[in-house]
Amino acid sequence: MERHILVVFPHPDDECFGTSGSLAKYISEGTAVTYACLTLGERARNMGNPIMANRVSLPQIRKLELHESCQHIGITDIRMMGYLDKTIEFEDHEKLDKRINDLITELNPSLVITFHPKYSVHPDHDATGAAVIRTIAKMPKEQRPTVHCLAFTKGCEEILGKPDVITDVSAFLKQKLGSIQSHRSQWQLPADPQMVESEEMKERFGTERFWTYSFE
Amino acid sequence: MQLIDQEKVQRIIDQFIDQDLYIHLEMTTGAYASHNDNTKFTASTFITNGLVKYSLGSIEGDGPFRVGLKMNQGWIYSQGLTHWDESNVEQLILAGHDQDGKLVVSLQLSREPF
Repeated sequence: MERHILVVFPHPDDECFGTSGSLAKYISEGTAVTYACLTLGERARNMGNPIMANRVSLPQIRKLELHESCQHIGITDIRMMGYLDKTIEFEDHEKLDKRINDLITELNPSLVITFHPKYSVHPDHDATGAAVIRTIAKMPKEQRPTVHCLAFTKGCEEILGKPDVITDVSAFLKQKLGSIQSHRSQWQLPADPQMVESEEMKERFGTERFWTYSFE
Repeated sequence: MQLIDQEKVQRIIDQFIDQDLYIHLEMTTGAYASHNDNTKFTASTFITNGLVKYSLGSIEGDGPFRVGLKMNQGWIYSQGLTHWDESNVEQLILAGHDQDGKLVVSLQLSREPF
């Protein structure tokens, strides 16, 4: 069992498709999870359908959606880090890394979940993963938490190989779909309560995949 | 957000003439444009809280609309505007959404920073 899990992503909703099932599973086993979310995704293009937000109102809406998503997953410790969407790669590395290091020192996680620093498509994703990896690489080997990365750039499996952590989360689809549907300014899934049990949903959302980061 | 009411937007543009204003101007294809469709090109740009002042400005077209603001030594231009936020006339919040409802362009002016 993990001691504590620290999740570091840049945008509210980064947790929903790739990790919410695994996190709900860890939480059901009694592991505490802290979610550090670097921005509010306030430069997103999705504004709901019908349109429910604008550039001024979006941050507050996404903050509420993040809280709701975490409620579905069972996360009670959310750290909103206050950075601006799309700007992570331009931030001062030293300052950013220090804030991540402070979280690791405080929480002493046995597992950190983040994006792969190179194969995660969005510049904020890569920059977030890179900051986590830089920070943990500086720790003494024996103190380093395990790092599980999400990656989804086309062709990344040819470079990274197959993901080595494959988790069946089909028993946690209710939590996962709750998490996805919380981000209603970003995603609209059909709201049919039957769908949680459907084969289609299990096929689409029932497995989560991670690459364990190798520091050597 | 509502569909743009050209007359009401023009009134606010006129109200703001010759004042120091904070601008947010943005255009984006979304960060996933070429990931989702490799015939597309990923591009985004924004400026937030630039300080500007214009002497002439109007909203033109039949919708989607264009806004041009003439400054002492330059221009601000935005095309493809479809929606505005009429809830606060102290600021002008304009946005252009595509057929899927996604934001493509945004032009905002306010006496206070965003």
